[in-house]
Amino acid sequence: MHEKTLTQLAAALKSGEFSSRELTAHYLQRIDKADGKLNSFISVTAEQALKQAEVADNARAAGKAGPLAGIPLALKDIFCTQGVKTSCGSKMLDNFIAPYNATVVEKLNAAGTISLGKTNMDEFAMGSSNESSYYGPVKNPWDLTAVPGGSSGGSAAAVAAGLVPAAMGTDTGGSIRQPAAFCGITGLKPTYGRVSRFGIIAYASSLDQAGPLARSAEDCAHLLGVIAGHDGRDSTSVARGVPDYVESLNAPLSGLKIGLPKEYFGDGLDPEVENAVREAVKVYESLGATVREVSLPHTHYAIPAYYVIAPAEASSNLSRYDGVRFGHRCDNPSDLIDLYKRSREEGFGEEVKRRILIGTHTLSEGFFDAYYTKAQQVRRLIRQDFLDAFEDVDVLMGPASPTPAFDLGAKKDPVSMYLQDIYTIAVNLAGIPGISVPAGFVGGRPVGLQILGTHFAEAQLLNVAHQFQQATDWHLQRPAFAEEYA
Amino acid sequence: MQWETVIGLEVHVQLATRSKIFSGASTAFGAEPNTQACAVDLGLPGVLPVLNEQAVAMAVQFGLAVHADIAEVSVFDRKNYFYPDLPKGYQTSQMYHPIVGPGDVEITLEDGSSKRIRIHHAHLEEDAGKSLHEDFHGMTGIDLNRAGTPLLEIVSEPDMRNAKEAAAYLKAIHSIVTYLGISDGNMAEGSMRCDVNVSVRPKGQEAFGTRAEIKNVNSFRFVERAIAFEVERQIELIEDGGSVVQETRLFDPDRDETRSMRTKEEANDYRYFPCPDLLPVVLDQAYLDHLRGQLPELPADKRERFQNELGLSAYDANVISASRDMAEFFEAVHSECGDAKQAANWVQGELSGALNRESLSIANSPISARQLGELISRVLDNTINGKAAKEVFQALWNGQGESADEVIEAKGLKQVTDTGAIEAMINQVIADSPAQVAQYRDSEPEKRGKMIGYFVGQVMKASRGTANPQQVNGLLKEKLDALL
Repeated sequence: MHEKTLTQLAAALKSGEFSSRELTAHYLQRIDKADGKLNSFISVTAEQALKQAEVADNARAAGKAGPLAGIPLALKDIFCTQGVKTSCGSKMLDNFIAPYNATVVEKLNAAGTISLGKTNMDEFAMGSSNESSYYGPVKNPWDLTAVPGGSSGGSAAAVAAGLVPAAMGTDTGGSIRQPAAFCGITGLKPTYGRVSRFGIIAYASSLDQAGPLARSAEDCAHLLGVIAGHDGRDSTSVARGVPDYVESLNAPLSGLKIGLPKEYFGDGLDPEVENAVREAVKVYESLGATVREVSLPHTHYAIPAYYVIAPAEASSNLSRYDGVRFGHRCDNPSDLIDLYKRSREEGFGEEVKRRILIGTHTLSEGFFDAYYTKAQQVRRLIRQDFLDAFEDVDVLMGPASPTPAFDLGAKKDPVSMYLQDIYTIAVNLAGIPGISVPAGFVGGRPVGLQILGTHFAEAQLLNVAHQFQQATDWHLQRPAFAEEYA
Repeated sequence: MQWETVIGLEVHVQLATRSKIFSGASTAFGAEPNTQACAVDLGLPGVLPVLNEQAVAMAVQFGLAVHADIAEVSVFDRKNYFYPDLPKGYQTSQMYHPIVGPGDVEITLEDGSSKRIRIHHAHLEEDAGKSLHEDFHGMTGIDLNRAGTPLLEIVSEPDMRNAKEAAAYLKAIHSIVTYLGISDGNMAEGSMRCDVNVSVRPKGQEAFGTRAEIKNVNSFRFVERAIAFEVERQIELIEDGGSVVQETRLFDPDRDETRSMRTKEEANDYRYFPCPDLLPVVLDQAYLDHLRGQLPELPADKRERFQNELGLSAYDANVISASRDMAEFFEAVHSECGDAKQAANWVQGELSGALNRESLSIANSPISARQLGELISRVLDNTINGKAAKEVFQALWNGQGESADEVIEAKGLKQVTDTGAIEAMINQVIADSPAQVAQYRDSEPEKRGKMIGYFVGQVMKASRGTANPQQVNGLLKEKLDALL
């Protein structure tokens, strides 16, 4: 069963090839057997999953099942799930049982999908390797000595290892696309405002966006159709109709204008990764697309601007973890200040503290204009770069990451870790959508091709990605781990 | 040295929305702790604010009422600080782009003079919760019912020069917000409270002195007392060779003094930045016009109309227009009886006195405006005299009768104006009072005026108060003088 894509599973459930209960039990068994090695789940909600599966099977028997009813999924542990621990990868929330469901979770429940559990992640989504999780690092199923990427590393690794057909992640600076690339799967970051953020634990509110990680663009199209749409509980979600993302997957690509940003092929890019990406672009040419070089002149400002804006918002968003109402509280506080200091000192990990400190500093009196205001100006320029480029081309293509997955523990210096996100971060600053699709291997580790479109161009991105996957089979490759251990 | 006081006020007005500014939880006062705080108010992980449109409309109405510029685009910012009753670790407020820009308010002082006080801006923000330090086994309790209640903070320019002006300004704001119905203005429940910025400077000096900010003063009287104390403290301090430090102080009404809370050095750096969870508030002209069309007649306009069209004194017009309820009651009484001066006298005199005695608001007056208007009409048309009118008032107050006419009838208070009947009573009194008559006759003419009071009293008594006093007076004088 686990060889099938989500789209194929949906068809099999519909035809009665197997029941959702059988399917769910199968994946739960795989998790049980293999996840000790991967560490991709923080919580597995087996009992609840089997109950949901039964409900889905009954709905199907009654002729009331939607297209995705009975499909098992996993949720990054950043989505609030009623009655289930929602830790955000942090000791701070190790004891937090969310009393409500995120809008994404509500929508998935309404579609009849099954949640197998909550996946591991970098603490508060701050990281590019999944090594900052309080619950320990996740391993890359292609090579257990490599990182799966981050921060949605658990979701990506679980899908790649066939422990779940698809999973939900969030992407603030590349946290869906980069782990999808590292794990050889397809990951979509939608336009900012396309998917409700309500119930997603905030890291950087103006950048955070939820999206699917799955085996194929087609799978992503199915899932995006479920989770996208306006939500009255999120003021930044956009009131705009949700197109049928599946219907447009097969539009021909002849005449498609592809832009290759020259800044995405410069210093620091692994030559073999570059090769893989250029080969992928050739496939598009064979499908009738035209290719030209374009420029995003402010690209090199993206990382500095991001590391001002994101930590600034994070320092404020994470102020609520004060030991007063929920989350970790230190033992025997001597007074209020001691309660704050020790609860936060003990509850947060190093990377989170680093970003809170950076953000607190950049918002401080005397520094605000030099950092925050300036970074916002840069952000507008970066956005304009993209808008200008999309005047000339339909989509942009480049690598999702400068290298394939690196070794666990390889990046000790935070700045070298931050530079990992050089091709993904500007996309969040601009608010545009991006997708990473498997495009080959370097040294046995997957390479991701990143495709970017203008605001709300998800249907086009999915179409462009799907056509590539019709012409190639990179996305069908499975790590040996998927059969060896599971 | 001659000193001049400079005062500016930051008034926090709780807006009378049904739900909170960023959540659907109720804003009702007095519920059990933490029963009116939803996930958003608790600042749970993942929750997001959604702006209450009613709060925006109310802020705009205030802005229009004080002739202010309304911002086409206003922005919510986060004010970051840690406090146990501040669930998110920041307060959502408007620092850089407030919804209401510069405006002004006219205040009326006790001597009837008026002064224009400029408003710097007014902005929307959320209230925090409450820390409860009572018996919690040595711990502090937190009640988040109030967290997220919408506040409009109205910041004045430092245009006030004494405590009376400050109190008058606060009253003017109170009267505007209650007229608009955007707040219940209940200071005892904290619906309106203010921070007072006070400094002193040598008279004639242009530069401001260093100011102290007195936090959370919650009554008109306390504002005056806090300022009085603070001004004296600052002047003494400077005259003794010291200098005022910029600090936040607390007014203690029990000891009638202000005390230091924290100095500028200890002040928080609030790290304001635009709240990324909320979109800028964009208002167009049509929206403003729509709200402008719904504005009621405001206190200043009413005051002017009462003075110019109804002929009330500046004092009466000011007192009556201060409260919308009182003004509307007065207007209803006036429309019933047609005599503005009488209506004003009764509303401010007998009615206000009775309401005060029983601590009732005019909205809960046992006597309706219509009843009072009718009663006044019966005085004006000489059906009853003034003394009887008070009796009728009391009867109506106590619910003994539906209308003035009914009470007059039941109690037989109808004024006797029949000359024959009055003459008969006068003759009887004169016959019964030989000694007083003799005394009257033997007195100097200029003293007789006073002595006539005795006979008037006797006749009124004989009529059980129903005789027309003017008639009694006139006839008595004629009769007694005929005896000379």
